Amino acid sequence: MADKKKKKIRSRTPMPHQDPMVRGGNFDEVALGYSREQALIEAERCLQCKKPTCQDGCPVNIDIKSFIGCIVDDDLQGAFDTIRRTNSLPAVCGRVCPQENQCEGSCVLGKKHEPVAIGRLERYVADTYAARSACEEVTDLSTCALEREDIKVACIGSGPSSLTVAGYLAGRGIKVDVFEALHEPGGVLLYGIPEFRLPKAVVARELDGLRKLGVTFRTNWVGGKTITVRDMFEQGYAAVFIGVGAGLPRFLNVSGENLVGVFSANEYLTRVNLGRAYDFPNYDTPAYKARRVAVIGAGNVAMDAARTALRMGAKEVSIVYRRSEDEMPARREEIQHAVEEGVKIRCLCGPLSFHGDNQGRIKAMTVQKMALGEPDDSGRCSPVCLEGETEQITCDMAVIAVGTRPNPILLEATPQLALNKWGYVEADPETGETSIPNVFAGGDIVTGAATVISAMGAGRRAAKAIADRLL
Amino acid sequence: MGYKILKKEELIPGQTTMMVIEAPQVALKAKPGNFVMLRVSSHGERIPLTIADCDREKGTITIVYLVVGKTTAEMNTLSEGGEFLDVCGPLGRPTHIEKSGTVVCVGGGTGIAAMHHIAKGHVEAGNRVIAIIGARSKNLLLFCSELSSFCPEVRIATDDGSEGHKGFVTEVLQDILETEDEVAEVVAIGPVPMMEAVCRVTLPFQVKTTVSLNSIMVDGIGMCGACRCTVGGKTLFACVDGPEFDGHKVDFAELKTRLWQFKEQEEESMELFSKECQCHGR
Repeated sequence: MADKKKKKIRSRTPMPHQDPMVRGGNFDEVALGYSREQALIEAERCLQCKKPTCQDGCPVNIDIKSFIGCIVDDDLQGAFDTIRRTNSLPAVCGRVCPQENQCEGSCVLGKKHEPVAIGRLERYVADTYAARSACEEVTDLSTCALEREDIKVACIGSGPSSLTVAGYLAGRGIKVDVFEALHEPGGVLLYGIPEFRLPKAVVARELDGLRKLGVTFRTNWVGGKTITVRDMFEQGYAAVFIGVGAGLPRFLNVSGENLVGVFSANEYLTRVNLGRAYDFPNYDTPAYKARRVAVIGAGNVAMDAARTALRMGAKEVSIVYRRSEDEMPARREEIQHAVEEGVKIRCLCGPLSFHGDNQGRIKAMTVQKMALGEPDDSGRCSPVCLEGETEQITCDMAVIAVGTRPNPILLEATPQLALNKWGYVEADPETGETSIPNVFAGGDIVTGAATVISAMGAGRRAAKAIADRLL
Repeated sequence: MGYKILKKEELIPGQTTMMVIEAPQVALKAKPGNFVMLRVSSHGERIPLTIADCDREKGTITIVYLVVGKTTAEMNTLSEGGEFLDVCGPLGRPTHIEKSGTVVCVGGGTGIAAMHHIAKGHVEAGNRVIAIIGARSKNLLLFCSELSSFCPEVRIATDDGSEGHKGFVTEVLQDILETEDEVAEVVAIGPVPMMEAVCRVTLPFQVKTTVSLNSIMVDGIGMCGACRCTVGGKTLFACVDGPEFDGHKVDFAELKTRLWQFKEQEEESMELFSKECQCHGR
């Protein structure tokens, strides 16, 4: 130990990235991933604490110390098994988790130095493991057969929370059917997060992993429309997990919002990601063509929309946000990537109205200049109007990324389901069980829009509760 | 894997086609007023189409479409026995149907097919249904015999007078509203200008008027807001709040503008498709 204390702490191994000047013109992944050497160097920075604090920072409680120890020992299998024990989507989490607020935020090294790059190491393990030969993979499979085909569970929605439930329960030998409303499974991982941040091939790989565990995906099945919760019990499902996401985009309720060229971030991203509009006309779904784009909002979704607009050929893209950069809810890394690629940030501007030409197409927006006031309920400084100070921003497209509200489809079809005062599903914080026995819920439909990993954490808690009850 | 086309009939050659598609899970739940999202192939676009009829026992739904762009043109190249890659539904709120007395159902163009399903629902609920259908000419009238099979009062209007009243459906409607004692509701489905005109006619009579909006949709399940429309000064989503709304409150001008959002790209797609078809001799 004494030796270790004296040892100089290396600085964090940087992540190799695609050049900002190049990547603004393509949809390829921005962060390229560690090589074996880089991963080893980074893994050796871990202090292997006696009482690690990082694990508590992880919503799915990954045994981080052990998996990093395995990397140091060059035991890839061990590292992967350790992660998979609690996390069914490691390649996704390694990419999109806000690690700075979670595991890395709790890393002891971070107090005086930079924390260990846990997320990057997680991605390294998942990607490298998946790249092994198919033969090796097949031989691993015999360990996990469906032992209890008599017990089946239904998941509604195929985003991160449902996939976690499916992975956990299938691992315990329970048959899981996942009902997805869209034509491809993956939920927000597919329609929301762009290719350059989370390649669809990575999501497809994680889904394949679940299929090999015996999970079935049924696309074009809308929970509450094609099949109801009651139908599921009648069809013999022993439990139902609701993971339908928050869904409905919020708008600003300002004039001109329905002009042609004003889109919700959900629409813009769904057209490009799910509809592959970046490859129009090879794919039929079109996206709106624009030169000057204003994105309203400053969360991760806003950054995704802004960076997508650049890649779709816009000459100028601005983030329009009513508070200052310090209050932005997006991850620092995402903001930094956007700025590197040329996205402009216009802070302290609140949208007042959108203006159209004589054909009903947006040509500009007016914003109210703001100043920062006292902290509000969220703990962030609230914006205060500077009376009489407005500004016009020329734009031929606006994307609104100011959050979501609950999707009513399943909730209206399931009137017995108790909702909280915000209209989200009420679920037991320990088990995820709702007001209907054996119906569980987790993710954005319970908490409102949050992160992939918090949805996975909720999925994991619900899956444990379901397994405890059924097995 | 796909959804099989059991029957295909070109109602108006090259223009309007009817298809019966195998989709048991949709047929089981479909009600008048619902729609489906469908996709032809893996490179295709999701498009919404109103369910014109369904048969629970056979597990089928019927759709009727007008060839207006690439997707519908491509649909016309599919034949009986062929498949759609995706059919998703039934979506949207179904038509509110209760026993209310006399209901006038107005249909124009392919809207007649969707209207027919709603008219059937009203007849089954015990309402007296007067159906009005219109087209430019007699040979363009759709679903006439299907309607007549359950609805004794079918009025026809053609622009050229080749069948029924010479003129517009709105003139027939005006006449009915003036002569009938009590009309509980008017339902109008068809081209936007027709629905708008129907609403103008019914407004002075203060008759409840329901229209079905054919907005652009991406997912059809409330996620994107592409289909948003202004109804009574509020922004609503046609997919989850509609597609049927109180016609007197709908901002039709906005709807018309929004329907043209992707005109440029739609034309580009169509042109490319026509060229491909020529190359393949279709």
